Amino acid sequence: MTTLFVLLAEIGLGSLGAALGAGLTTIGASLGIGKIGGSAMEAIARQPESAGDIRSTMIIAAALIEGVAFFAVITCVLVIFLG
Amino acid sequence: MTFIHKVYIIALFLIVSCSFPFYSEGSDLVTEGEAVENEKSSFDAGKFVVEHVTDNHEWHIATFGHTHLTIPLPILLYSKNSGLHLFLSSKFHHGNGSYQGFSLGEGKYEGKIVEVSPTGEVVGTPFDFSITKTVAGIIFSSILILWVFLTVAGIATSNVQKAPSGLLGLVEPVILFIRDDIAKSAIGEKKYERFMPILLTLFFFILLNNLMGLIPLFPFGANVTGNISITMALALFTFITTTISGNKHYWKEIYNPEVPWWMKFPLPIMPLVEFFGLFTKPFVLMVRLFANMMAGHLIVTVFVSLIFIFSHLMGPAAGWMISPVSILFSVFIIILDILVSFIQAYVFTLLSALYFGMATKEHH
Repeated sequence: MTTLFVLLAEIGLGSLGAALGAGLTTIGASLGIGKIGGSAMEAIARQPESAGDIRSTMIIAAALIEGVAFFAVITCVLVIFLG
Repeated sequence: MTFIHKVYIIALFLIVSCSFPFYSEGSDLVTEGEAVENEKSSFDAGKFVVEHVTDNHEWHIATFGHTHLTIPLPILLYSKNSGLHLFLSSKFHHGNGSYQGFSLGEGKYEGKIVEVSPTGEVVGTPFDFSITKTVAGIIFSSILILWVFLTVAGIATSNVQKAPSGLLGLVEPVILFIRDDIAKSAIGEKKYERFMPILLTLFFFILLNNLMGLIPLFPFGANVTGNISITMALALFTFITTTISGNKHYWKEIYNPEVPWWMKFPLPIMPLVEFFGLFTKPFVLMVRLFANMMAGHLIVTVFVSLIFIFSHLMGPAAGWMISPVSILFSVFIIILDILVSFIQAYVFTLLSALYFGMATKEHH
C-alpha cells in the first residue's frame, strides 16, 4: 500500500487533484454568476426604471459568489505549493 | 479623432510594447565561468512572478541591464540573543553575506531573515519588525489619506452654508453614499452613527490601497491589499467591532437560537454552526479581498513575463511578436482591476455594515 502511495506522489496526483479542483470551481462559479446575470437582464427588461437597483444587487451577489470561488482556488494553490 | 491621431496612438503603442524584449538576454550557452557574471542567462518565470507580487525588504524600481535601481528599506530585528538591531537592507547585498549576525534565509527559511553563528549555521529566527515594501506602502497611503481628509474636513467646517468646493466636491458624494446606502440601510436610522468612522476608514483605506497597487511608478506600486496579513488585520477589525458591540439579542441568537428543541438539546448542532459562523464570516472577508487583489497582480505579471519566456525559448523575434498581444492584455486586465478595486472595497464595507447591523439589531 505504501508503494502505491509513493507511486501516486511520484506521478503528481496531488497536483492533478488541485488543478481539477480549480477547474471545477470555475465551472460552479460561472454557472452561478451566469444565472444571476440572466435573471438580472430579464428583470431589467420587465421594469427598466429599476435598472440601477438591480445592477447594484447583481454586482453584490456576483462578488459574494466570487469570494467562495477564490476560497477554493486558494485551497488548491495551497495543495500545490505545500503538498 | 482624425485618422492621423489614430496612427499616432497605434505607433506609440507598438513602440512601447516592442521595447520590452530589449531587456531580455536571449538563450545563451552558459559555461561555469560565465555563470557568476551572467546572472540572467535563464529566465525563471516562477521566481520572477513571485518576487513581484510578494513582500520584499527593499523597493525595486527598475533594472537596467545588470544594475538594479532599488531603494533599501530599514530592517528592525529583535533577537533573544543579541537584542535590538536597526540597519538598512542594502547591507545584505542581495543575499550574499551576513551583517551583524543576520542574513537572508535560503531553502527552508526562504524569504525570512535568520540569525547565523560565526561559522555560518542557522541559529534561529529573530522577531522581524522591519519596514518592508508593504509597510512602506501603508505609511505612504496613510499619509495620503490623512492629507486628503484633513483638507476636506477643513473645507467642510469653514463653509458650512455653501455648496462643497474643491476636494470636498470629490469626497462628499462618496461619504454620503456610504452613509445612506450602506450604513443607514444595513444598521438602521438610530444606531448607524457610531459605526460611520470605521466604515469610512475601511472603505477609503481599501479603495486607495487597491488603486495604488495598480500604478507601477514609485511610490505607488506596493501590493498592499494583496497581502494576506493586511486583509487579516482588516477582517480582525470587523470581527472585534462586531464582538464588542454585540447586544444581548445577538448573543442569544448564537447560543440559544429560536429553533426546534432537538437541534439544541442532546447535541448542540445549531449553536455550534452559529459559533463557527462567527469566525467564517470575517475569514471569508479576508480571503475574498486578498484573492481578488492577488489574482489581478499575478495575471498582469504573468502576461508581462510571457514576453521574456518567449524571448528565451525561441529567440528575440518571438519576444517582439508576442509583446503587443501581451501588453494589450495586461492593460485590459489592469482596467478590469480598477473596477474590481471599487467593487471589492464596496463589498467589504457593505458586509461589515451588515455584520454590525446584525450585532446591534433589536428584538422585534
